[in-house]
Amino acid sequence: MNTAPQMPLAAPAAQPMVRFAGVTKRYGELTVLDQLDLDVAPGEKVAIIGPSGSGKSTLLRVLMTLEDIDDGVIEVDGEPLTHMSGPDGALVRASSRHLRRMRGKVGMVFQSFNLFPHMDALHNVMEAPVQVLGLPKAEARERAEELLAMVGLQDKLEHFPAQLSGGQQQRVAIARALAMRPQVMLFDEVTSALDPELCGEVLNVIRRLGDAHNLTMLMVTHQMGFAREFADRVCFFHQGRIHEQGTPEALFGDPQQERTREFLSAVNEAH
Amino acid sequence: MSFFDWTFAWQILPRLLDASLATLGIALAGFAIAVVLGLFLALGRRSRLRWLAWPIAGLIEFIRSTPLLIQVYFLFYVLPNYGFQLSALQAGILGIAVHYACYTAEVYRAGLDAVPRAQWEAVTALNMRPWTAYRDVILPQALRPVLPALGNYLISILKDTPVLSAITVVEIMQRAKNIGSESFRYLEPITLVGLFFLILSLGLAWFVRRLEQRMEPVR
Repeated sequence: MNTAPQMPLAAPAAQPMVRFAGVTKRYGELTVLDQLDLDVAPGEKVAIIGPSGSGKSTLLRVLMTLEDIDDGVIEVDGEPLTHMSGPDGALVRASSRHLRRMRGKVGMVFQSFNLFPHMDALHNVMEAPVQVLGLPKAEARERAEELLAMVGLQDKLEHFPAQLSGGQQQRVAIARALAMRPQVMLFDEVTSALDPELCGEVLNVIRRLGDAHNLTMLMVTHQMGFAREFADRVCFFHQGRIHEQGTPEALFGDPQQERTREFLSAVNEAH
Repeated sequence: MSFFDWTFAWQILPRLLDASLATLGIALAGFAIAVVLGLFLALGRRSRLRWLAWPIAGLIEFIRSTPLLIQVYFLFYVLPNYGFQLSALQAGILGIAVHYACYTAEVYRAGLDAVPRAQWEAVTALNMRPWTAYRDVILPQALRPVLPALGNYLISILKDTPVLSAITVVEIMQRAKNIGSESFRYLEPITLVGLFFLILSLGLAWFVRRLEQRMEPVR
């Protein structure tokens, strides 16, 4: 039994980096996020697991403002994300200006990489820092080269996405998101489209990222092994809610809910 | 029944070639305006602003559903009644440009629709403004596959320029008709005009095919 004091999980006193308060998202009749509450502390690494259709990816997509929410409030770094204070103090729908400012705090890596096919790796990473942050080209180039070196692609700067393997493309996508210096990084099943032997290189990059930076990370994943080793907290999603959550040891070692046990044993059988 | 008179054909060739420059100029000018205007129409039609998107959609449908001949007649003979006086050449180029802009707009629309939604999600996640996203990410991907289709419209425009002879523009067809009415010989001038279009169309088609082949290795 390890009784040594560990890093506190989500220090309740500190302001959360991400807060979902009663967030509901519907697609027509279907409720994908159901009055969801979730606080993520600064620097916390949260793995999100669960069956398909449980709302995992939607959680990340609404946090990236790719989808609107129907009810509730999302806060990032203490400020409402898709709302802002109106003249009388009440929350109103955010202006595009507010959205743009808030969106800058969040970065996302997609399952299917979504690189720009007509740009080489270097320009994929440079594009947004130059166009959005207004960085001088030389500085953006330096930043891009640094990040591509960090993900181990210093010799692929001039390769186009089609000339890169899936794992390499995904590492470019991680560098591209990091180049915007987000405070929160979202990983949406980033290894699901990869051959098994290429997952490792991507997970290694994420692992190093977690060690080196105080980034807050939310990761939807099917890689239970990685979630177990990497995450501070694991959330099991079911029917648009967090059905059960805890440290990886607790959730994987001693799940309390029947549905969680079912899911984990199904996953274990598949592997 | 008369047979082809090679001497006469040789005599009228310089006059026809002279007028062919007008044909080429009209086609190129009309095409240049059409590809630019068409892009703006396509973007406007995709706009989320309904007051912009709907009238543009209506305009495109209207223009595509009525003959070019009626449109250039309208520009040349009807507009002056309302104080818009255009020369025959201006009315002709404008007519062709607007008519084909509505066709190229549909080509652009197909190209834009073919860009995966995921690319829009990527530019959103990177916080890019819509204009920058279109310019740097969406349009370059939308345009490459449709360039050959645009080239085909250049050929169509070229073959439609004789319509302008109806509003007194002296392009190659009008010149041929003039020669015919002066000399009472239509066989040679009209045949030469046909040959002119045949050679140019085949040349352009070859060029478009080359373009298609060059576009293929993308992705």
